[in-house]
Amino acid sequence: MITLGDYLLVSAILFSIGFAGVMLRRNLIIILMSLELTLNAANLSLVAFSRFRVDPSGLPNYNAQVFVFFIITVAAAEVAVGLAILVALFRARRTTDVKDISSLKF
Amino acid sequence: MTLIFGAAVVINRNPVASALSLVVSFLGLAALFMSLNAYFVGIIQVLVYAGAVMVLFLFIIMLLNLQAEEQRRINWLASAGGIGVAIILLIQIAVTIGRFEAARQTFPPLSASTTDDVRNIGAALFRNYNLPFQIVGVLVLVATVGVVLLSKREPR
Repeated sequence: MITLGDYLLVSAILFSIGFAGVMLRRNLIIILMSLELTLNAANLSLVAFSRFRVDPSGLPNYNAQVFVFFIITVAAAEVAVGLAILVALFRARRTTDVKDISSLKF
Repeated sequence: MTLIFGAAVVINRNPVASALSLVVSFLGLAALFMSLNAYFVGIIQVLVYAGAVMVLFLFIIMLLNLQAEEQRRINWLASAGGIGVAIILLIQIAVTIGRFEAARQTFPPLSASTTDDVRNIGAALFRNYNLPFQIVGVLVLVATVGVVLLSKREPR
């Protein structure tokens, strides 16, 4: 049988993949995609906990799913703003590589 | 499948291949949501992520005309550090899950049908979480205005 731990482990591996992507890649678009992966890993564990905690009415706990709804909304807004910043940056500097953007680096 | 294509997102050098791997990864994640009886969240996942967000990514890649990044000199120390930190994080989470009593239990059966979970989520959203819902509405408005302002070409 599939246990709660299996879903949590998949979520943890997905989060680590996204985290490694943010740490390793130097392309801003791929860093944004990896951020999406980490947010979705959090969503997966929230939905797993929601299904695990069954209410007395026999339904899963919907509070977590409302929370997932909010996370998806905020993530979509975040992607839109991030990509707009990326386009503005590309216009100014002709690059999407974080190595080439070091004006604020000490 | 979710994990394989999630790793492909990070490994691929070509941004278009990365974006398409991300689509497949999100579809696998939506299937996982549906296997957890969360049909509404699964459908939202397909619509918002595999639909809207990925079209946005592909559109930006097309707009910027990004090619596969050239073979740069890879800083092996930094790469090993990044992978090492990610693996340490994964081990810590795995150990925590291993110590967690409830993680070894299977899911309790549902006694009621979840096919109308859109209604239940809507009721929870508008009754218990009405104020956060409105705040999210303001957030989306601010994001829209910000995106328009950012992508506006300033007069020279």
